[in-house]
Amino acid sequence: MVTRTYLGKPVPKVDALAKVTGAAQYGADFTLPGMLYARMLLSPHAHARIKRLDVSKALALEGALAVVTGDDVPPPPPPGVPEEPSGQSLSMGDLRKLVLAKGRVMFQGHCVAAVAAVTTEVAEQAVSLIEVEYEPLPAVFDPEEAMRPGAVLLHPDLFTSGLGGKATTPSNVATHLELGRGDVAKGFAQADVVVERSFRTQRVHQGYIEPDSETAMVYPDGRIVVWATTQGTFALRDQIAPLLKVPKGNIKIIPMEVGGAFGAKSYARYSPVIILLSKKSGRPVRLTLGRDQVLRDKGAPATVSTVKVGVKRDGTITAIQAKFIFSAGAYPGSPLAGGAMAGLGPYKTPNLKVDAYDVVTNLHRIEAYRAPGAPQANFAIECTMDEVAEKLGIDPLEFRSRNLVQEGDLMPNDTPFNRVGYREVLERVKSHPAWASPLGGPNRGRGLAVGFWRGGAGGQYSCTLMVNGDGSFSLLVGTVDLSGTRTGLAQMVAEEFSVPVEAVWLDTADTGEIAYTDESSGSRVTYAMSIALQQAVQDVMGQLKERAAAKLKVSAQDIEYRERKFSAKGAPDRAVTLQELATESVRGAGSIMGHGSTTRMQPAPVFAAHVADVEMDPETGRARLLRFTSFQDVGFAVNPPMVEATMQGGASQGIGWALSEEVMFDEKGGVRNPNLLDYRIPTAMDLPMLGTEIIEVPASGGPYGVRGTGEAPIVPPLAAVANAVTHATGVRVRELPLSPERVFWAKRQAGGSQPR
Amino acid sequence: MKRVIRPVVNGAVREVLVDPRQTLMEVLRDGLLLTGTKEGCSNGNCGACTVHLNGGPVVSCLVLAMEADGAEVVTVEGLAQGPRLTPLQQAFIEHGAFECGFCTSGMVMIASALLARNPHPTEAEVRRAIAGNLCRCTGYDKIVRATLAVGER
Repeated sequence: MVTRTYLGKPVPKVDALAKVTGAAQYGADFTLPGMLYARMLLSPHAHARIKRLDVSKALALEGALAVVTGDDVPPPPPPGVPEEPSGQSLSMGDLRKLVLAKGRVMFQGHCVAAVAAVTTEVAEQAVSLIEVEYEPLPAVFDPEEAMRPGAVLLHPDLFTSGLGGKATTPSNVATHLELGRGDVAKGFAQADVVVERSFRTQRVHQGYIEPDSETAMVYPDGRIVVWATTQGTFALRDQIAPLLKVPKGNIKIIPMEVGGAFGAKSYARYSPVIILLSKKSGRPVRLTLGRDQVLRDKGAPATVSTVKVGVKRDGTITAIQAKFIFSAGAYPGSPLAGGAMAGLGPYKTPNLKVDAYDVVTNLHRIEAYRAPGAPQANFAIECTMDEVAEKLGIDPLEFRSRNLVQEGDLMPNDTPFNRVGYREVLERVKSHPAWASPLGGPNRGRGLAVGFWRGGAGGQYSCTLMVNGDGSFSLLVGTVDLSGTRTGLAQMVAEEFSVPVEAVWLDTADTGEIAYTDESSGSRVTYAMSIALQQAVQDVMGQLKERAAAKLKVSAQDIEYRERKFSAKGAPDRAVTLQELATESVRGAGSIMGHGSTTRMQPAPVFAAHVADVEMDPETGRARLLRFTSFQDVGFAVNPPMVEATMQGGASQGIGWALSEEVMFDEKGGVRNPNLLDYRIPTAMDLPMLGTEIIEVPASGGPYGVRGTGEAPIVPPLAAVANAVTHATGVRVRELPLSPERVFWAKRQAGGSQPR
Repeated sequence: MKRVIRPVVNGAVREVLVDPRQTLMEVLRDGLLLTGTKEGCSNGNCGACTVHLNGGPVVSCLVLAMEADGAEVVTVEGLAQGPRLTPLQQAFIEHGAFECGFCTSGMVMIASALLARNPHPTEAEVRRAIAGNLCRCTGYDKIVRATLAVGER
């Protein structure tokens, strides 16, 4: 057992002081001289042709200095020249259409024009002076309806891609993903019990508290600087560059603190607009969305799912078949693979068939949300599995234990799992009071769900580690800190060099200061950066050892580093301190700097299980959460309280998804509840204390065995809560959220069955 | 008609020229550059802009700046005495009671107001007090614990 001083310890966050004193600077917390404020004109139609667009009155308004429309966006590449890949689920061609509508609006809220003015009031007034004549077109909102032959077609150039290649007739289905193995028909024939169920989830929103905010300045020489609240500085830069036909090197993205993103701040959705406004006006331009616009944009897809499971009497699964329909909004890019992988990952089955569909509708376009696609798919799978267990008379935990995947078993995409801690997670649940204690009252129910996130695969991440003249360290990272990753990385440097965490100064670099780094997403940052940082540490350590060796007249291999001292092996008295070498490094010996960059990491899969206790109001159908406990294999908890907070936050988002959250659309595709009173995220009164059980089975890859913790916590809560509600009421509601109305009517339909 | 108001902000009298339609939040953020007070929704739903007005908590986006003329206003920047944090700020750090930190200013303000009138609150009292302040990152657990910890001292 390695003894560690800083790693695995509850080290206070490096950004803590700035955050409790209000000093931390988020997207809208600074001002530039002469800065203008942008406002957007949004489409009131779900689908319409723009017949006439006249901005002259807006431009004539005093104080309104620039107006842009779709005509200001550079055209796509000529036919035959491919678009640059966006690196995201939204293609560059679609991003171009999404940023500013041209000729046609595809959803309510589609940006038609934008104004930059001296104040937001003038900008709003100018927007109201823009004249648009629309010719409304038929629209489609329901994904199943959009899939039917004869449905309104959103994009004449969209052809379904799938295993059979590309279709020849246009369709609203962008992709048909097929995964599987074996023969499900044979598997179902071998089964003693077959259960088939269908589920629906609604559009939800990421619900970050900081509205999207970006500021752009285009300098006279053409250089562009964007101060952004973004998950990925390079992602932003590399989308802006091809979109606006500007060399990448001419764009600098400066990251601000991010007040919550959860996947939704990865695209250049607004920066191209304010860059164009800045270019026209010659002034810096800020866009901060109002809460209303935040909630009328992005979100996670609604889904329609069907799951069929075949089992033997002893609980062995013989076949699973699943169909997931994701509603992407106006442009494709639903998280099909994430959903299918995460939903089916925990179960071992010889026969598997998954069909997942990415469908476009005339609603605003989705964006990634924490474990994209996984909560929806998991909800359908985990509710069905509970019904299967009940039919067999097997305890739900025991049923999952009998079918669990282990190292070497296949993921749904037929690649084998490396080391996982799933069994350990289930064992901890079994012996824990959250599962084993009595419910303690009437109208109560307990639900279990397991969840999985593939974790950490892919991506490219860079850091630079520098030794300062006083023996302290500066670490530059390309990753934006969304959840505390800076602290974890500072702990790693502190551990490796035996210096206090305070001696490590950590900065999030802008795009001009560090090598290419992917966005902070996919539970990757701590895991990937631990690998990159290890390289940088070895690089710096190697240079320091060389210098120590030269001074001590031994070879570098014979130098040991301990407690800030380099000494010759076997002769601890012959030593030189880190401090001395550091001082010399700025007094002519040459500065010391190390670089680390990682790519193509192996996955670090994460398993979680959640247990929810609810109490139902027998009159109204309202579920009150009494107790909630998350169990998760995190590999190695670099900073346990931070890991707990991440688990609790994900659980809370999943609980909201289960019980109260829904972006409600009217019959014309408009959002009915674009405010935080009616879009109901959990408040402090909706939640109990959130229990966390950290399980540590080291990941196969990386220096410390870290697994990313971010995504998995939002995967199981939907089904855990739904299974608890069913346990308490005896009825199964297969549509989220489990609002009092839905539960009430389900109970009424079930013949007023008495709560257990 | 613009008018000069003289609120006492974090202990110092400030003179600001304000428009009658401007909110206290706008004046604090844009006029006095006290950007610790956050704008999350501008309609009182999220609590990120909570400050103390004459000793009590208000969502500053729903207070007209004119109403603060002559009033005592404390923002998150005014809690610590120099480098000395308040026990609640300290507890937020010790418990890791934030992740992104955007709601933290408002949380610290609302919880300080609770502790000022009820120094030893129960969990239910803490939850009720902060129910109008939304946090999307933490599930409130550590925020509630940090506040309770100060009450238990």
